Amino acid sequence: MNALARHRYHRAAPVVLVLLLLALVTGVAAAVSNASSAEAATTATADDAAEGQKLFAANCASCHGLDATGTEGVAPSLVGVGAAAVDFQVGTGRMPMQSSGPQAIAKRPQFTAEEISQLAAYVASLGAGPAIPTEEQVDPELGDPANGMELFRTNCAMCHGSVGGGGALTQGKYAPNLWETTPTHIYEAMLTGPQSMPVFNDANIDPEGKRDIIAYLKAQDEGSPGGLRLGTIGPVAEGMWGWLVALGLIIASTVWIGARSS
Amino acid sequence: MGARVNTAAAGTANWVDERTSIGGFVKFFARKLFPDHWSFMLGEIALYSFVVLLLSGVFLTAFFVPSMDIVTYEGPLATMQGVEMSKAFESTLHMSFEVPGGLLMRQIHHWSALLFTAAIVTHMARVFFTGAFRKPRELNWLVGFTLMILSLAAGFSGYSLPDDVLSGNGLRIIEGVTRSIPIVGEYISYWIFGGEFPGEILIPRLFTMHILLVPGLILVLVALHLFLVFLHKHTQYPGGGRTDKNVVGLPLFPVYTAKAGGFFFVVFGIIALVAAIFTINPVWNYGPYDPSPVSAGTQPDWYILFVDGALRLMPGWLFDVIPMEWEIWGYTLSLNLLIPALIMPGLFFGFVALYPWIESWATGDRGEKHVLDRPRNAPVRTGIGVALITFYVILVMEGSNDIIANLFHLSLNDLTYFFRIGIFVLPVLAFWITRRLCIGLQRKDRELVLHGKETGRIVRHEHGEYQEVHEPLTDHERWVLVSYDDISPLEIEPEYNDRGVRRKGYRWDRFKQRLSRIYFEKRISPVTPEELEAAKHEHH
Amino acid sequence: MSTTENPTSHESDNTPESFEDPGLPYHRPRRADVDPKAEKKAERQVAALFGVSIVGTVVAIGSYMALDMTDEIDSIRFVNMAIGIGIFLAMIGIGFGAIHWAKTLMRDHEMVEERHELRSSEEGRAGAIQNLKDGAEDSGISGVKRRPVLVGTGVFAMLLAPLAILWPQIGNMGADWNTSNFGHTMWRKGMRLTRDPDGTPIKASDVTIGSAFHVIPEGLNELEHHKIEEKAKAVVLLLRLDPRDLKIPEGREDWSFDGIVAYSKICTHVGCPVALYEQQTHHLLCPCHQSTFDVSDGAKVVFGPAKRPLPQLPIAIDDEGYIIAQSDFHEPIGPSYWTRLSDTSDGLHADETEGSSH
Repeated sequence: MNALARHRYHRAAPVVLVLLLLALVTGVAAAVSNASSAEAATTATADDAAEGQKLFAANCASCHGLDATGTEGVAPSLVGVGAAAVDFQVGTGRMPMQSSGPQAIAKRPQFTAEEISQLAAYVASLGAGPAIPTEEQVDPELGDPANGMELFRTNCAMCHGSVGGGGALTQGKYAPNLWETTPTHIYEAMLTGPQSMPVFNDANIDPEGKRDIIAYLKAQDEGSPGGLRLGTIGPVAEGMWGWLVALGLIIASTVWIGARSS
Repeated sequence: MGARVNTAAAGTANWVDERTSIGGFVKFFARKLFPDHWSFMLGEIALYSFVVLLLSGVFLTAFFVPSMDIVTYEGPLATMQGVEMSKAFESTLHMSFEVPGGLLMRQIHHWSALLFTAAIVTHMARVFFTGAFRKPRELNWLVGFTLMILSLAAGFSGYSLPDDVLSGNGLRIIEGVTRSIPIVGEYISYWIFGGEFPGEILIPRLFTMHILLVPGLILVLVALHLFLVFLHKHTQYPGGGRTDKNVVGLPLFPVYTAKAGGFFFVVFGIIALVAAIFTINPVWNYGPYDPSPVSAGTQPDWYILFVDGALRLMPGWLFDVIPMEWEIWGYTLSLNLLIPALIMPGLFFGFVALYPWIESWATGDRGEKHVLDRPRNAPVRTGIGVALITFYVILVMEGSNDIIANLFHLSLNDLTYFFRIGIFVLPVLAFWITRRLCIGLQRKDRELVLHGKETGRIVRHEHGEYQEVHEPLTDHERWVLVSYDDISPLEIEPEYNDRGVRRKGYRWDRFKQRLSRIYFEKRISPVTPEELEAAKHEHH
Repeated sequence: MSTTENPTSHESDNTPESFEDPGLPYHRPRRADVDPKAEKKAERQVAALFGVSIVGTVVAIGSYMALDMTDEIDSIRFVNMAIGIGIFLAMIGIGFGAIHWAKTLMRDHEMVEERHELRSSEEGRAGAIQNLKDGAEDSGISGVKRRPVLVGTGVFAMLLAPLAILWPQIGNMGADWNTSNFGHTMWRKGMRLTRDPDGTPIKASDVTIGSAFHVIPEGLNELEHHKIEEKAKAVVLLLRLDPRDLKIPEGREDWSFDGIVAYSKICTHVGCPVALYEQQTHHLLCPCHQSTFDVSDGAKVVFGPAKRPLPQLPIAIDDEGYIIAQSDFHEPIGPSYWTRLSDTSDGLHADETEGSSH
């Protein structure tokens, strides 16, 4: 304690304090947000379908039609897409779409967790479709990351990159980065095949396999043993850093070596 | 104490000299002069990163197992538990995850490889733009060029050794390109891979190539390269007292021993720093080679990227109607592979290798050149250099088009369409702009010599006129700006002599004259003393 | 100021006197050359830099000895970083120290050395030519006693001799040289399509619209030899489209099943796996060189460097509802090569009696 007291007046003390404070704030915020999403998942019930229909009529029907059967060339029918599709599309903010473009972009969700579950309940009531996975189904702790690695690289890496860093598709479309995506959304995306993504139904990758993939992606949170990852986009980034940083620093020192001393 | 050391040193020196007559060499080398300039150290970067490659490479061979036998992974890495992989891949994981400092050595090795090739290219660019390849150094340019090609071979063979998915797909591309060679392609592919791709023998073969054959050749050629540098003595930038007949600089011992020797440690240190902080080639992300998977961002290391870019750029159907793969008399000719992967690099590298001769045909100059050109004083050469770089950079960017598209939210198809046109237009544009810029700079130099530097001081003359005072250049400043060769286009003898007989070799001369006109038709001559006098009179 | 305006028309023939080389510039002494204090200071700086190097070596070795590397990614990163920074300091200290020493305390007054033309002296050249002539005379390569037969056979023997080593060795390197292997894969009539990598069979009902299955042939994982070579050729992408979207090429009406199609996953450009399937546009994109194939239209090329469509694997359904192959591919898969067409005509296996009569 004495040592701590002595360091109170150190020059770096304010910086350390600010950092500690920031860590505290973000920690609390993260805990709170986690708690709220967990709560939302458990409170959704089928009774919400009626509420969901109202929300749908107000926010989605202009494109998908009042009966959710879609509009030719504008928006697909939602009959039979299931609750999982709604939870993914609305929960990641892709729907409602803000503007037309190569693809719908993930943004801040427009609805609360409760509203999303109501919408999902409504769409699920229109026709049988994949349901929202349970907590256990998406728990990375229960998955096998090595099997996840094999499945991921066979089925996913060609678009999302070897560890889920994302990649380009044709005509301005892209496969997004998966590091910030929640396990539930990853699971739902595989199940429903949003937009360009193919469907990976349970006959293709079984539920355990999907969980293994989630475990593999979560294993990436530990970072790289080699240091900073440079975006994990491969040799292009490495080449650029090699030129800019390594060769740049060395050429800067040649200029110093070549300069005449005063 | 000092005296005893001295006697010991003298004794050793005597012992060695009596057996090798090394005294003569030391006398010759110790006070050899080297001009001082930062750009003369670019080649050293390449040399030193090669030394770092050798040092770290020896360490890696202590752990790497060049075998394609399949084993099941049981090491500490969770995402690889129980996965089948080759011993090459497993030993790479072992040295990365279980040997303290092993991953650091791998990263030092790989970063040095990127630096090695980058430094070679930068060094070549310096030699090119300053005209250091001119007589008597054409042969050394070729030696250096061969070293550059060997560095690509060294890099590519090493990149493929860990037997991961990324480099495996790279090898598969090589296999596809090899197979496209007419008539013999299939057999060359079998020869390289020992049968069908990927076979079970490729990694050991690449290993031998990577640690013995290529580095051995590089070492021999580096020795030759340095020998020729000593023989020719270093070039120097123009300046007072520096001529084609002398070399002005500081002695090898002690100044360059300390500077160049110290620079090795600087290069090594910076490589170590970069390797400590930045991941490179994370093979544990890609996984062991399997012919089925592929990942977004499948690209080779930067020095091969231009070929990959050319492969992407080349359309399979020209304007959607003309096929680029022809079937002639039952045989298939894949122009969509041959042109970008073999013909284009062949022409590009061939032009670079032969450039010293192309330029010497144009100048017709037979003298030794030891004073370098300032790039602006060779506008056409500088323009060609910038055009070549532009061409290369477009291919590199096309090779990274998916990364660029993803980063800036563009369409990779649009980027490809843009580069398909750009590859023809932009180098020409770059040449033209660069040449204009050089000529502009030469004009500015003339202006400076004739009218001096602006001082910012305004004076008012008696008759009311305001004028800025110009300060004339010093002799040394002026000398740098006026001491360049004023080469006029080649004059050749007429086609027929006075008896009306056609001269042998006229066509060749005619070609050289055309070339020469391209180079020197438009030129800015240096200021003559006469002109300077005239300009002075005009001022007063 | 009009004198600068016509530089291009300047004729350099009757050259007026050119400027004179002003000679080496005046050497300005450095602070350390004239001020003993500055000299001492520079000396201290150099010593301090060497000190940094010593500290760095201690850091590197100390990190290796003291830090424990566990299975945790963090600890691996930390150990490597610590050793790396130690090496960095150890090296950069020596480097900067030596260079600073050279720059501040060693000579910086430039010296001049004369160059000599590289060409040998006339005398030397004449001597060289004479020596070569004498040697040639002695040997009979040229001169009065020419021995053309010896020279001819000698040169020929030397040109031929390398083949004695190369022919057998290079001959070994290509294994059996049976390049007709390029023409076919392990697919056979009735072989089930199974999931990559675990090898479980796929029912037609598993493949819902919009699905993409990465497929290997049944029994591939059990192969003892050339498993990876066979996999490199046999991988297939199995997709289901809405049958209304599917344009079936002529002659392949029975190659697909209710919108389920199977195409080779190996690009016809240079052989990367073409694996990026966009289910909305039905486009397959190769991540290596971005050849794009339209699955709804016979996998024909719509963009990029490939010229040919991906080869299609004819499929059917067996009694248990599993998807099977009708035969091998009807053309060589992967990139083009010189004799590709001759492999196309008889590319199917001889042991296939049915389903191969293309």
